[in-house]
Amino acid sequence: MVASDTTQEPLIVLDKVNKFFGDLHVLRDVDLSVGRGEVVVVIGPSGSGKSTLCRAINRLETISSGQITFDGDALPAEGRALARLRSDVGMVFQSFNLFAHKTILENVTLGPIKVRKEKPEEARKRGMALLERVGIANQAEKYPAQLSGGQQQRAAIARALAMQPKAMLFDEPTSALDPEMVGEVLDVMTSLARDGMTMVVVTHEMGFARHAANRVVFMADGQLVEQAEPGEFFANPRSDRAKDFLSKILTH
Amino acid sequence: MPVFSDPANFDAYVSGFMWILKMTGASAALALVLGVLLAGMRVSPVPVLRWFGAAWVNIFRNTPLTLIIFFCYFGLYATLTISLSDDLILNNFWLGVVGLSVYTAAFVCEALRSGINTVPPGQAEAARAIGLTFSQTLRIVVLPQAGRAVIAPLGSVLIALCKNSTIVGTIGLLEASNIMKQLINDNGDQVILIFLVFAGTFAAVLIPVGYFFGWLANRLAVKR
Repeated sequence: MVASDTTQEPLIVLDKVNKFFGDLHVLRDVDLSVGRGEVVVVIGPSGSGKSTLCRAINRLETISSGQITFDGDALPAEGRALARLRSDVGMVFQSFNLFAHKTILENVTLGPIKVRKEKPEEARKRGMALLERVGIANQAEKYPAQLSGGQQQRAAIARALAMQPKAMLFDEPTSALDPEMVGEVLDVMTSLARDGMTMVVVTHEMGFARHAANRVVFMADGQLVEQAEPGEFFANPRSDRAKDFLSKILTH
Repeated sequence: MPVFSDPANFDAYVSGFMWILKMTGASAALALVLGVLLAGMRVSPVPVLRWFGAAWVNIFRNTPLTLIIFFCYFGLYATLTISLSDDLILNNFWLGVVGLSVYTAAFVCEALRSGINTVPPGQAEAARAIGLTFSQTLRIVVLPQAGRAVIAPLGSVLIALCKNSTIVGTIGLLEASNIMKQLINDNGDQVILIFLVFAGTFAAVLIPVGYFFGWLANRLAVKR
């Protein structure tokens, strides 16, 4: 595993981030910085704001106050500058969200061709290599609905990687999968982490957090309650909320 | 069919339906382009555009088509002297096409907008997440899926447009319903026959169109 490089400035910085949905205060003064090459796993009970946190980093979710900086620049509010930022941040969704009317290969090449203005032939070649990497090159000409959930999620990872992002966000990438397909997706994510990709992963997969994360961040009620190295966090959680959460999920 | 065995009458019958076809074709193309633009406006993040799209739909969808066609003739042409062709017949034709298009575009827009609602929000989110701009997201990801979802309703809009084009007869174009009226005036003893032939011609063309759109809708449906 590539250790996080703390000598450089962090890639992602959240500073006093607050977010309201109406009266609901879903993010409360969240401070978080993610170093280059670092893998941060965000865990916590449902409704703790971890998905919102993840989605705020590429501004799929706007924030009410505070600041988010990516690669040294504040997130643009809208328009082309925001689109450019998003093209540098890969996102993998719980429900895959592959473009339903396009083949798997078209899904992977769409961004490079339309956003990066790559030549279609070049994009296809790279796209096939990425599909090879995630193990579904033989599904390239099929449509998303013809693939299993695990295959779709791997295609979605390939689609995000095709943009050669500086960081990858994973919003509960295995929560919608049948249990036997979780492993194949986590394998791809683990190999990405090993290759030094900066990753923010919201997940309930404690095994993944243990072996792939540099740092575990525990959230509850919109607050960032505790963060530590995975070994430390799982062995000696400091906060009561974390102890309570871990006791509920690790006893089975 | 004594009426139609007279070559002059038969030619009139054919030319009447040719006008209907031409109006339907030209208006369908214009209404589709306008409707797509309006649908884009109605979902755009720019308030002025949203307002414009909503105003268009509310005005033209709720005004009787006869009034719109009359306005094109008496308002645009007679009062504002906007002429679309030096040829008097072609001028009436194009005035009719303008009226039919602005009216039908409102229905195309609303059909597409309901189609946009069938596209899961995650599709647009994923598009934005790889860096597509708003208009790219709409053009490449959302509208193609929305369009496929509303092919059958758009078929109904097309059928309605074809029948509605007979209203352009009211400003003097010799389209099918106008020809029918003339033939009935001249052949009072064969009213039922004349009526059945004209109505039957519409049905013979439009029933297959309806089935074709149903077939197309199934064929192009997006599998989820």
